[in-house]
This record gives sequence, C-alpha cells and structure tokens, in this order.
Amino acid sequence: MTAALVPLVVLLPLLGAATALVLGRHRTAQMGVSAAVLGAVVVIAAVLLAAVDAGDPTVVSIGAWPAPFGIVLVVDRLSAIMLLISAIVLLVVLLYAVGQGVADRHRETPVSIFHPSYLILSAGVFNAFIAGDLFNLYVGFEILLSASYVLLTLGGTGERIRAGVTYIIVSLMSSLFFLSAIALIYGATGTVNIAQLSVRIAELPDSVQLILHLLLLIGFGIKAAVFPLSFWLPDSYPTAPAPVTAVFAGLLTKVGVYAIIRTETVIFTESDLTVLLMVVGGLTMLIGILGALTQADIKRLLSFTLVSHIGYMIFGIAVGTQLGLASTIYYVVHHITVQTTLFLTTGLIERFGGATSINRLAGLLKASPLLAVLFFIPALNLGGIPPFSGFLGKTGLFLAGAEQAAGPDAAGTAWLTWAVIAAGAVTSLITLYALTRFWNMAFWRRREELEGYESALLNSVQEAPEGATVTATRTTSVLMVVATTTLVIVTVLLTIFAGPLFELADRAAANLIDPDVYVSLVFPGGIR
Amino acid sequence: MTGSLTLVVLMAVLFGAGISIMLERSLTRVLIGFLLVGNAVNILIYLMSGAPGLAPILGEGVDPDEISDPLPQAFILTAIVINLGITAFMLALIYRSWWLAQLGLKGDEVDDVADDLEDAEEAADLIRSSAADDAAIQEIIDASDETPAEAASRRRLEEELELEASARDRDDDGGDR
Repeated sequence: MTAALVPLVVLLPLLGAATALVLGRHRTAQMGVSAAVLGAVVVIAAVLLAAVDAGDPTVVSIGAWPAPFGIVLVVDRLSAIMLLISAIVLLVVLLYAVGQGVADRHRETPVSIFHPSYLILSAGVFNAFIAGDLFNLYVGFEILLSASYVLLTLGGTGERIRAGVTYIIVSLMSSLFFLSAIALIYGATGTVNIAQLSVRIAELPDSVQLILHLLLLIGFGIKAAVFPLSFWLPDSYPTAPAPVTAVFAGLLTKVGVYAIIRTETVIFTESDLTVLLMVVGGLTMLIGILGALTQADIKRLLSFTLVSHIGYMIFGIAVGTQLGLASTIYYVVHHITVQTTLFLTTGLIERFGGATSINRLAGLLKASPLLAVLFFIPALNLGGIPPFSGFLGKTGLFLAGAEQAAGPDAAGTAWLTWAVIAAGAVTSLITLYALTRFWNMAFWRRREELEGYESALLNSVQEAPEGATVTATRTTSVLMVVATTTLVIVTVLLTIFAGPLFELADRAAANLIDPDVYVSLVFPGGIR
Repeated sequence: MTGSLTLVVLMAVLFGAGISIMLERSLTRVLIGFLLVGNAVNILIYLMSGAPGLAPILGEGVDPDEISDPLPQAFILTAIVINLGITAFMLALIYRSWWLAQLGLKGDEVDDVADDLEDAEEAADLIRSSAADDAAIQEIIDASDETPAEAASRRRLEEELELEASARDRDDDGGDR
C-alpha cells in the first residue's frame, strides 16, 4: 500500500512545476501550488519513513518491468530519512522565498520562473534519493542540476552569470565523469541496477573495481564539494539570492554525500578506499575552514564552512562501522538544517544591516534581538557547542573513529584515524572562532564604533572579490522571519530528540552495513 | 565483448578534441568542447553494448543472442535529450554574458579611452538594433494579452527608458568634446 506513494514524491513536484509554469501570471496561485506540493511531499515522506521503519517493503518497479530490466525506486531507511528532512527544508525555504518576493514586490527577480524551477529542483533531489539504479540516479542529478543552473543565474546580472558559468561548467564535467563511469560499469557488469551491482562488482578483478570506484567517486566528489574538488563552491554559491543559496548549501552537496554513502556501502562492498577517504576527509575539513578564516563576507565564510564540514561526513563514511555510518547520517541531517538556517539568517542580516561584510555590520544585537537569537543558536550549533546536535554528531563520529582505530582492523592506519579526529576537533574550534568573530563584530560592536574601527581580529580578513556590496535596507516580511524561526526550532528539536533520532539513524546504518539487506529489498526472491 | 575499432578511434578523437577545446577561455568553445565530449561519452555507452545485432524488439521466436542490447541505446537517447536541454541553456547563458560583456557591468559606463570608444560604440549600436528587434517582438506578444493597467505601466516604463537613453547619448557627446 505505502509502496504506491513512492513515485508520488517525484511525480507531484514535476506536475506542480508544470502547473506553476502555466499559472505564471497568477503569483498567489503559483505560491499555493508550490506550497501544497511540497507540503504533500513532507507528509508522504513521513508516512514512508514510518512504514519503512516498521518493515514494510517500499520498492516500486516502474511500468511493472521486473527489477534488473526496469527502473526500480527503492526507499530504505536512509532514503526515507533524507526524503523527509529535504522535503521539510525545501518547504520552509519556499515560504522564506515567498516572503522575500512579497517584500521586494517582484522588482528584481522574475518570480514566475522561480517556482517551477524550484519544484523541478525538488523533484531531482527526491528522485536521486529513491533511485534504485545508477542511471536513474544520473537522471535525478541532471534534473536537479538543470534547475539549479536556472536558479543560480536568476535575474541574469553580471555577477550571477559569472558565478554561474563556473558552477555550470564544473557540474557538467562531473556529470560527464558520472556518465562515463556508468558506461564502463555497464560494460563490465551488464547492469546498472544498484542491488545487482552489489553482487556483480565484487566478482570483477581488483584493478577494474578500483578504476570504476575512483571514477564514480570523482563524479560524486565534485558534487559533494570534497577537497580537492571543492574549489568551485565558495565562488558560485554566495551570489545567488538568499533562499537559493540556502537550499543549495543545505541540500545539493548532501545529495553527493548520499551518493558516496551508497557507493561505499552497497555498490563497492569489496573495494576498499578507506585510507584515501580518510585523507581526503581530513584535508577537506582543514583546508575548508582555513579558507573561512580569511573571509570578511559572511556568505563566503559560510560557504567555506560548508565545504569544511563535508569532511566530517566523508570521515564517517571512511570509518565505515555501524556507529560511524549512524553518526554520518545524523550529521547529514543536522548539517542540512543548520547550514540552511544560517544562510537564511544571513539573508535577514543582509536586509536588516544592509551589508554582509564583517567590516560594515555593527550594532545588530541592539537593533534586533530576535535576529541575534536566530543567528546565535545555529552558529553555536555549527561550531559544535554542547548540547546542540552539532556536538552530538561530532562526538558520535569521533567515538566511531576512536573505536575503529583501537580495534584490530586498523593496525596500520590507526594513526591516520587519530590524525583526522584531531583535525576534526581543530576544525570545530576554528569554525567556532570564525563565527564568534562575526558575532562580536556584527552584533556586539556598537554602531558608533564602526568608523575607523581597528582590531587584530580583522587584520587577516579579505573582502569578496566583487568588493563589499552595500544594499539598501529593505523591509523584511514576517513570513521570512517565521520561516527562519521554524528552521531554528527544527535544529533545536534535532537536539532535544537526539536519542530517538540517533536510534533511527543507527537502524538505517545497520541496513547499510549489510548490503544483503538492500539486495533482498529489490530482489525478494533472491538474485541469480 | 566485441566492438568496432572505428568507433573506438572516433571516441578517442572526440574526447581529445573536446577536452582541448574546453580548456579555452571563450565560453562558446567550452560549449563546443562539451558537445564533443558528450558525444564521445555517448559513443562509449554504445560501445558497451557489444557487437551489433538485429533490432532489439522483434516479438516472439527470436534468439535473444541475435539482437543488440537495447539498454545502452535507451541510455544514449536519454543522455542526448539532457545534452540538448543543457546546450539550449548554455547558449542563452553565453548570449547573456556576451551582452553584459559588451555593455559592461554598469551598462552605461563605457570606457572612455579613445581606442576603445569606437569598438564600444559599434557594439552598443549592434545591441541597440538587436534590442529594438527584441522589443518589437515582445510588444507584439504583449499587445495580444495585456490589460489596460499593464499597458499604462509599460508605457511609463518605456518613457523612462527613453529618457535614460537620451541622457546617455548626451553624456557620450560630452565625452567627445
């Protein structure tokens, strides 16, 4: 019964996008359609998560073609968790975007294109999470990327086009890598079904496995913004409108992380790249956060912390134990909400303070205590201050790493694991430093001090390449504040209900540890 | 698995040519490079289907070993459609970035250096003429479905634009003197 709901998470946004396009001239109706569609997906995702967690099978073969030949949509616990959290975030950000559109009176951005593109982006994200074969995963990626190209260059100003070109060309390259990998995998195994690949890849010679594995990882690594494939991100995200940046930062990189989780746990069960992933994860954390240190612009600063914190998830995947994967899943959920919240808050700061540069903002605490709270909670959360979810996720990851390093499996690589744990702790502290510095300057510094202010803290910061932009202070609609507050509450809920959520993540991780669970989900009668 | 050597060579040439063109600075060349590499990948997928055979769907009573593999063909079709859509978007993007490059970011701040002035004016003329074409087409489209209120606001906007344009012309004259 619940299986019938699975295709709806992709179908509804696509139909909604078509409807919104037809309704281009009626903005209220457009907003209604988008909100209703995403609301429905939130409900469906919640139902699916409950059903999957209770053990109901939720696999659908499109067109009733049996599994290895047709397209299968698979929802296991991990997919359901990702579906639910991304649907919630997409819905809240949509409300924020609507609020911003109302406040702007549609002067700057062509809203009639925004809603259809946004819904298509959602369809792509959802499709990637439920894809049961590699080619459908590729199609999901392409859907979300095409929509993201439109959203990133919305309005077509020079700055956005310049940022968009980098983003688009890099994304096209990663898609070509992914597609070539699919072709070679098909040539080597004769299938693209993920469950069947899990069995057949293991039969290939080690060297062939390694090549295919690396090709897929490069494709996904670009999307997830893993060092050294992360250079494109801080240059392209900050120029987009606030809600678009928020959704990109929260979701798009996590789709890449999701694909890496699947690659490591289900597809390449035998081929072991733990050392590579450890090194890459550690470097992603450190290099990313060092970049964040020198940024004066809060949007660029957050983009660098985004890159840096992807490293934690890669570390969790590299550890690969049940605790490691459970912590990774919890951390992904935490990071999606916190990063999105911070970008939404930044959008509010930009409107309220008239700038995003640390050199031009001051006195915000006095001017708007609510805004201060909305920034402070997620900032501490991202920095990993107890008792917030960021602290819990990082503790889980470090514990998993320590357990694995102390265990018998990691005789030669134990020092590496410890090194990455140390890097993670340092990264967490530097994140906290970068964010509190912004807090000190923008919120605690008095407005009168702004002129000719000198501090050792600000010696090393650099403005964005385009220079510090000062935007005229515009009105903030209530809806924007409500949407941001909702997400802040969600991040707090992630902390309060950390126990049950972590248990859920643990059950999802238990499914991932044993690839046979996924295989038997798609092939209940056993695989040939 | 058997494959055609010609196709392998063609794929290699397309990959090589495409990637070297992609490394150019010009966006148009990057697009051409992307198209070449995209086709190279499509040929790679096709090569993976093995030796060519009969048409894939022939109904009952045909030995499955005789037919060619239909799956890579379906992949290629999907990839071609996706590439087409992305190419269309890239063309629009290139046009837009060319437009912005001609006008400069701040639209009317044309560089005052004597050598550049001529080029810039030529470009501006070109843009004005193409913009006039666009505007004429847009007007025809809009006229068919706009309400009186919208028409009034549009007229106001146009008047403002004209004022701006004439102001700009005057500025340009000042620069000459």
